[in-house]
Amino acid sequence: MLFGFYLSWRATRLHRLHHRVDIARAGLEAALHRRRDAALALAAADTGAFGGLSDAAEAARHAGEGQRDLAESTLSRALRASLESHGATGRWELLRPQLAEVEAAAKGVHMARTFYNGAVSDTRRARRSRLVRAFRLAGTAPLPDFFEIDDQPPRIPLLPVGPDTP
Amino acid sequence: MRVGLVCPYAWDVPGGVQQHVGDLAEALVGMGHEVSVLAPVGDAEGSRLPDYLVPAGKPVPVPYNGSVARLSFGPRIASRVRRWIAEGGFDVLHIHEPSSPSVSLLACWAADGPLVATFHTSNPRSRAMAVSSPALRSAMEKINGRIAVSEAARRTLVEHLGGDAVLIPNGVSVRRFAQAEPLPGWPGEGGSIGFLGRLDEPRKGLGVLLDAFTLMAPARPSLRLLVAGPGDPSAAMAAVPEHLRERVVLLGRLDDEDKVRAYHSADVFCAPNLGGESFGIVLTEAMAAGAAVVASDIPAFSAVLDGGAAGELFTAGDPAHLAERAGVLLDAPERRAELSLSARQAVRAYDWDTVAADVAHVYRTVLMWGGAGNGHPQGVRLDTGPRATALLRRGAP
Repeated sequence: MLFGFYLSWRATRLHRLHHRVDIARAGLEAALHRRRDAALALAAADTGAFGGLSDAAEAARHAGEGQRDLAESTLSRALRASLESHGATGRWELLRPQLAEVEAAAKGVHMARTFYNGAVSDTRRARRSRLVRAFRLAGTAPLPDFFEIDDQPPRIPLLPVGPDTP
Repeated sequence: MRVGLVCPYAWDVPGGVQQHVGDLAEALVGMGHEVSVLAPVGDAEGSRLPDYLVPAGKPVPVPYNGSVARLSFGPRIASRVRRWIAEGGFDVLHIHEPSSPSVSLLACWAADGPLVATFHTSNPRSRAMAVSSPALRSAMEKINGRIAVSEAARRTLVEHLGGDAVLIPNGVSVRRFAQAEPLPGWPGEGGSIGFLGRLDEPRKGLGVLLDAFTLMAPARPSLRLLVAGPGDPSAAMAAVPEHLRERVVLLGRLDDEDKVRAYHSADVFCAPNLGGESFGIVLTEAMAAGAAVVASDIPAFSAVLDGGAAGELFTAGDPAHLAERAGVLLDAPERRAELSLSARQAVRAYDWDTVAADVAHVYRTVLMWGGAGNGHPQGVRLDTGPRATALLRRGAP
């Protein structure tokens, strides 16, 4: 009976891990979605300087299951290229809200992906256990996969701030 | 949102983690969040406690992680933790040092729901982190989002627990340090170098600074050292020749206000640490004060100083190199002004306002708030335990 207790405890833990993966996956989807929207908004606000971002963002939106990691990585690189290559110009002052949103959204993707991969790694470790495999504690739940992309957020040059700026 | 913070160490004993939790709580309150902090408190009547603090019980001194930590553990404390969680109605629980055998680990066990944890330890041989018993593992598995305060802390976590963490550095309250009058009689003519830290802990590197001073003193007859911090200085001072000792001014432990003034009191501020430093709170405080910094090139310092752009770096443990770098700075006021400006710029990334905003971003990520819009209303509840009893009633699997 004690063994039954133990098995049930392990099953509960595993169930909880799968739940954690599901939540983290949803969080990751939301974060990627937010970043695509932020890139599109920035591109729309200044087509001259950032128009190129809309292609990358649209490609990421429509990428099929197998290509998503590549498309999202491409968007990360596009963001870095357009925001880091040349210094901040005076016009950036007007784009402050869009730039801030892109920065926050890119950070959010990095966080959400780190948490998702953390959940996946804990789950995969738990499912490697002999006990879990022997008693099929995982049931029919599919083994979750890591989501590996280049998600390094762009370093947006600080907008020129005078010492008297409030 | 309602945030529950858990601090494992006694609130009324000064320490890095306690300071971190207190500053974070205040910054979150400033951003409009509701915050409750659970921590052990030794003397709940005698010390003035902030409104947000909920005492978890009396701590017991435990030799832990190379020093004596004051922790709370046991069934009575556990029931208080459970009550705090049940009554708190938190949206998210943020646990500091979750593997420490104190209220932190108890909270991990007791809670079910959105959990965030911050790892501070960067000790590669940390016993507490090395324990990977099923009980500890089952607590760590519940954490939805992990934060490490430094690259070193992150590496420690990856080695011992696997998985990864988001890097969010320690904060410094830039405003508190930005302006202050120098202490009376400082910086004085002829140059001065400042040091803050424990005097009798070799890895803080006071010995290296004193050796460098001994090298520099003959050529600079009025150079003085400002040395502030607790501890017995006699061991380190023994290396300084008799006739130079009066130029090493020992101020002992300073209160908070004088500490800020001390950062403004020397021409050059020195952080000679030999290692073991995960982040360097002293360094960011000096930068917030706009000090011209010369620091050892250990990875944590090099990262904070932007690879040398916001302060001079010298080879850790090399007094001759320190003497040379510090000498250059003492002779070049315009270079010091330049470094002071870049230090103030660089330290903005570590301002609590910035750091707490990142922490709140982690909460929202874990809760899936913002973006998709479909809130995650369940919040933190008590863990009802394994559904073993229910299963047993139906017959064991």
